[in-house]
Amino acid sequence: MELRKELPEIFEDFAEGRRNAFLNVKKIKDQDKPVIGIFCTYFPQELAVAMGAAVVSLCATSDETIPAAEADLPKNLCPLIKSSYGFGKTDKCPFFFFSDLVVGETTCDGKKKMYEYMADFKPVHIMELPNCPTEMGVEMYRKEIIRMKEKLEEVFGVTITEDDIRRGIQVKNAERAALKRLYSVMKADPAPITGTDLMNTLVATTFNFEREKIPAQMDALVEKIKKESKATEKRPRILITGCPMGGATMKVVEAVEENGAAVVAFENCSGAKSVEENVDESISDVYEALARKYINIGCSCMTPNDNRIKLLNSMIDEYNVDGVIDMELQACHTYAVEALRIKRFVNDEKKIPYMNLETDYSQSDVGQLKTRIAAFIEML
Amino acid sequence: MVSEKKYYVGIDIGSTASKTVVLEESKVVDHFVLPTGWNGRETAQCIHQKLEEDGYAAAMCCVATGYGRVCVDYADKIITEITCHGKGGWALFEKDATIIDVGGQDTKIIKVAQGQVIDFLMNDKCAAGTGKFIEVMANRLGVSLEGLYQLAENGEPLSISAMCTVFAESEVISHIGMGERREDIAAGVVHSVASRVSSLASRFGISGELALTGGLCDSPYFIRVLSERLEQPVQTHPFARYAGALGAALAAEGRRT
Repeated sequence: MELRKELPEIFEDFAEGRRNAFLNVKKIKDQDKPVIGIFCTYFPQELAVAMGAAVVSLCATSDETIPAAEADLPKNLCPLIKSSYGFGKTDKCPFFFFSDLVVGETTCDGKKKMYEYMADFKPVHIMELPNCPTEMGVEMYRKEIIRMKEKLEEVFGVTITEDDIRRGIQVKNAERAALKRLYSVMKADPAPITGTDLMNTLVATTFNFEREKIPAQMDALVEKIKKESKATEKRPRILITGCPMGGATMKVVEAVEENGAAVVAFENCSGAKSVEENVDESISDVYEALARKYINIGCSCMTPNDNRIKLLNSMIDEYNVDGVIDMELQACHTYAVEALRIKRFVNDEKKIPYMNLETDYSQSDVGQLKTRIAAFIEML
Repeated sequence: MVSEKKYYVGIDIGSTASKTVVLEESKVVDHFVLPTGWNGRETAQCIHQKLEEDGYAAAMCCVATGYGRVCVDYADKIITEITCHGKGGWALFEKDATIIDVGGQDTKIIKVAQGQVIDFLMNDKCAAGTGKFIEVMANRLGVSLEGLYQLAENGEPLSISAMCTVFAESEVISHIGMGERREDIAAGVVHSVASRVSSLASRFGISGELALTGGLCDSPYFIRVLSERLEQPVQTHPFARYAGALGAALAAEGRRT
């Protein structure tokens, strides 16, 4: 297929920052590198590395395009879904615009139904994600990963061998290990950097198209942090879990840090959720190895979602956490339902305070959020 | 020379009413309430003027709380109303309890143990189940808040089922249009708030005794209905309206700067 290389018609209307973002992705395209847009962390990026494609996350984090999305989608739907759809529809997101193929995993009901409409203006491939992290689920997802590989071969006219995938696994394992080394700096008490800086770095890394270079960059960053971090006072240590963080929802992290606490850990899918566990390189069948890693991602779309509890359990201990904030996006049913289980686990088993916050991509609730968060921190 | 601080002042700028409590040697020596009005800063200045006139301002340590807490630019410290209601409630009821504060703009359920808040829940951006709801309905019925409570005592509650204050107001208007008794509508309004508050409290889980703080303490009828809904006695205290300001004053005293 022809890779998309031209800029959108509305390019000239954009502010400088966004124009630069478009030009940066265009650079990749001009090198004949295909771009695959993804929504969730269940897509095995090893396949993209194996064929030399770039991967971009299309989960949007601003309310800018929600009105455009609401022309097609119901108002009472999660802002992440509406925002992402809106950016796609209006050509305002460089990553969506330049994606040659969009991969949608059947995670939550809202996303999987939204993909049906997205397919009207973009080539979309659906990966059917099992609901249960069981042996049967692994078997099914293994088949879906093979189907995904065949789709990539067909769309881009390439051949992806098992050795290519093995190389992809090595690259991604090294990348995940490096990201983990970065966020592990927060185990120190006091934490050497702010949670805001950490999350912004993690989000920025997902748009780094030279994945092989990430480990060296992360290690340099860790060195720099260790060398330059100044002694600060001890603060209450907060772990944030729940829906994806970044962009508009950084208001939660900012409110925590403005009120005298430190966000030391992110369990969300933009944090440790998809990074903590690597692909087992000792499994000879690469597809099975990938299926086993990815099905273990503890998203609330899985049932039962014991893996989230497991990860929270170890992170609360390792990061010496004083309180847990569970951030839910409005109308995210799976995370909202799971909130009770998380509260029970955090309060009853870990014996630390828990607070649930429901928010969206607007700034209208900032005052209320600050009061709640300040009261939570006063309680610690 | 720094004058010695002997007065500990708590100021709770709520969305509707602003409460002030003055402590001297852990005893409440003065308290007053002013309407917040439309300008929190002006209200805070009025309070300061009053504190000056009464001779507290020169030797006070002051903690501000409530939704307008940042308006009190002379405060030594700012603390959220949740922590203050917890502290103040504990001082009034002298036991571990679940404190329900029905405020003018939000409703809070606060679990307190040993004077410390251990957990809390605040209702979301919505006027249902808050004092604002009763205020809107009292206006519609052409009575004061106290008037509405009195009417409600003698009414048979009509059902007001809308979740949203704006729609509930339409429901009340249609009751008025049908020629229903004002007493019955007033009782319906109080029942509606009690039902929202009790479902919030049950969802959160109640531990220990129940205590009500905030403006709705003035309505014995509301307290009775809330007790029935929660199937547990709801205590209150003549000073419960000042719980937030008292908590702030206690926090100021604890600071002793």
